[in-house]
Amino acid sequence: MRVNGKEITLSSNHKLLDFLEINQYDPQKIAIERNGEIVPKSAYHQVILDNEDRLEIVSFVGGG
Amino acid sequence: MELLINGKKMELNCDTAFEVRDCIGKPQDIVILNGFQIEENCRLKENDSIAVIGKGRLPKREELESMMVARHTPRVHEQLKKGKVAIAGLGGLGSNIAVMLARIGVGQLLLVDFDVVEPSNLNRQNYYVSHLGMPKTEALKIQIAEINPFIKIDVRKKKVSEANVKEIFSGYDIVCEAFDKAEMKSMLVNTALAELKGIKIVSASGMAGYDSGNRIKTTRVMKNLYLCGDLENSAEVGRGLMAPRVQICAGHQANMILRLLLGIEEV
Repeated sequence: MRVNGKEITLSSNHKLLDFLEINQYDPQKIAIERNGEIVPKSAYHQVILDNEDRLEIVSFVGGG
Repeated sequence: MELLINGKKMELNCDTAFEVRDCIGKPQDIVILNGFQIEENCRLKENDSIAVIGKGRLPKREELESMMVARHTPRVHEQLKKGKVAIAGLGGLGSNIAVMLARIGVGQLLLVDFDVVEPSNLNRQNYYVSHLGMPKTEALKIQIAEINPFIKIDVRKKKVSEANVKEIFSGYDIVCEAFDKAEMKSMLVNTALAELKGIKIVSASGMAGYDSGNRIKTTRVMKNLYLCGDLENSAEVGRGLMAPRVQICAGHQANMILRLLLGIEEV
């Protein structure tokens, strides 16, 4: 799987939400594009990742 | 030859820009030829655009617009005047971005913020002591009318939530995310990308403190999402938001919006 341009191998099919937790992403402060489509937050617990996926995970920090 | 003089097509028997100036104005007047203020005389071509502007003279409203347009590069202004941009959050980023977009002549702006101007805003936001207590939407609307009275301004004094993103922002070409909290940035970007097909978002992340200004960049992180900032420096205890980096970031956002309005999608 490609995450933010880097190649990663998944050992088994992961739930997106688990992947985020393991990699310490806060679901409240990110946006995810999966294979060119935005993933709604309400779908984070449903999406199962596979090794063909391309993910872009954008993290936001506070300030403006 | 036929020339565009102060916004009007005119047939004039002049070969150089300064001949036009001497014909319709005074020797000390400012001369702008095709969007550029000239100090030395230039030969003219058919259809050149020339503005002759008297220093210190208050122009009439219809004259003013052509004088302001004269400073824009030809063809750029027409496209920007058609542009519709919504700005979500009128703090350090949003207030400065709104003023920049007004100065370049973006035709229609939507200003969205629920808050009023407070003393703690004045260190970086585009407001004055005279605006304290006033809704930010109103304070900014008044300023923009003074900067460029030819811009259509809509305001919404409202807190943005998942439930109202579609209703507030539909109909705009670009949404500029200029919120303060990371959760709000994330909410707006997610909801707008999911519910407003084809909309482009110019967002910001990481501009607090006084780290190098050169670390602030514009990146196209998704097909329709551009992100400006250093992506790291959050506002937190011991690292406040300061005018220079906030304005550098606002400048990145405004410039990306300008590029998108001109049809350029690369950062």
